Amino acid sequence: MAWAKDTARGPVPGVNARPRTDLPVLLPFGGTAGGTGLFQRFDGRLFVDLKARHGLWLAALIILWAGAAEAAAPGTFIWTIESLFDWAPFILEGFVLNILISVFAMAIGTVAGAALGLMQVSLLLPVRTGSWIVTQFFRNSPWLVLLFCIMLLFPFEIDLGFVIIPIPDWMKAVIGFALPVMANLSEVVRGAVQSLPSGQWESAESLAFTRRQTLWMIILPQCIKRMIPPWINWYCILTMATPLASIMGVEESVTHTVQAMNALGDRPELLGPFYFFLLFIHFIYTYPIARWSISLERKFAVKI
Amino acid sequence: MLEEIAPFFQNLYDESGWNFIIFYEEYEYDRFIEAVWVSLKLIVACLLFSLVVGIVGAWAQGAKSRFVRLFMAGYIQVFRNTPPFVQLLFFYFVLGSGLERLGIMPMTDAGGYFEPAIGSFGWAVIALGFFAGAFNTEIFRSGIEAVPTSTQEAAEALGYTRLKSYIHVIFPLAFRVCLPALNNNLVNLLKTTTLAYGIAVPEMMYTANQIWSDNVNVPEMMIVLFIYYIVLVAVLVWAMHKWERKMRIPGYG
Repeated sequence: MAWAKDTARGPVPGVNARPRTDLPVLLPFGGTAGGTGLFQRFDGRLFVDLKARHGLWLAALIILWAGAAEAAAPGTFIWTIESLFDWAPFILEGFVLNILISVFAMAIGTVAGAALGLMQVSLLLPVRTGSWIVTQFFRNSPWLVLLFCIMLLFPFEIDLGFVIIPIPDWMKAVIGFALPVMANLSEVVRGAVQSLPSGQWESAESLAFTRRQTLWMIILPQCIKRMIPPWINWYCILTMATPLASIMGVEESVTHTVQAMNALGDRPELLGPFYFFLLFIHFIYTYPIARWSISLERKFAVKI
Repeated sequence: MLEEIAPFFQNLYDESGWNFIIFYEEYEYDRFIEAVWVSLKLIVACLLFSLVVGIVGAWAQGAKSRFVRLFMAGYIQVFRNTPPFVQLLFFYFVLGSGLERLGIMPMTDAGGYFEPAIGSFGWAVIALGFFAGAFNTEIFRSGIEAVPTSTQEAAEALGYTRLKSYIHVIFPLAFRVCLPALNNNLVNLLKTTTLAYGIAVPEMMYTANQIWSDNVNVPEMMIVLFIYYIVLVAVLVWAMHKWERKMRIPGYG
């Protein structure tokens, strides 16, 4: 803080000199939490506005770390990085399957979740109760338990009598991931429909819209906007859950990383760079999507 | 306990083929009870650790130092946008084995041989705690932001320091605001503890897998798993709701 140095009366603490007190009330008020520059805030959430120079800092940090590691054990670090470069395409190939699983599971989960969510706002009590139970069951079970359940209890091929359809492991994983996504999106749909002011329903009724017309032509078009940000958010959560499929032996990024390290002789110095690379590619994929969801939410944040 | 239920489940198996072996055979029953213990310990430890991370993190996020704020923002973004399972593997294999190789990790005497002080259980608590803690930090901070600035200023005017006003004024109010969101995240964390399977923590998921591998009773163990986790989630939600009602300040929020 810049204190004016020369006044006729000389320095007065708290007025033109640094205050000599520890009482907070006498201290100058200074804002603490930043809302500009690197830190961006929206709707109670903080995210970092990463710029190219932050990448440079990170690169400098990595080079520093690399130098230290190389100094500690000459030769090994260069070898580790070289192996990482050799095997990166293989790991990325696994990561493509992660994305594929997440896209398929999201597609199935969205369709099933929309149907289940609409059933939750049905006027028929049995439909409403039934869909509520299904939603709560799949929403409150751990993802891993559901995945195990589908992987172990689902047939590996379906015999239709005239043709046998084989179901590969990753397709079973898709179904295993689609179930919790379905239940959570069902809640999103229900929440969005119920969040609309009841006046929307009442005015539609007074204009002689049937219930189905009201739902399709008035309620849902308004809900879509509200559902998109949580939908993207759930896609991020789903994508971050896909490495679980490696437990079941699906050949995705974690499996490929472990296989790559096996092929290189399981040397302990490989663990750091390889797992770091794995985290890194997941982050690079998920972070922009998460940012996008926040910006959409900001864009759609209009009061009705 | 086992003596009372064993005849029923033995009978069930003989008549219908539903093999709930954990409820009539002593060895499997002990394994199951042990798993219940480990998984409950894991859940409680993770919940508490994530809450501590959340509270400290939310406080650090408003710190004066730019470096601390930068560090917190980085921590939150990394832990929120990477798969929890890979985080767990990273902690266990990279940090765990790294510390051991560097000789920093303290070793404890486990009856004849030495094992690292932080085993797979400890790393599961740390990794999952930091994962959920990143979300808790955000939840607590949004609660803190919901406390009116005038309250903060009033505390300041009464001579509270930043820490004291945080402990006595801001946090108690913020905590009530963010309980519903916290509830959600803790339920999520409870479900996420099954990931500890990946680093061989002998909790429920892991033991169930061993039991069905030994006895080929996958559907039965699946039913047990589903019931176990849904009951746990129900208990947690019930307790949190009760707590929420109890802490409610009439006329506030």
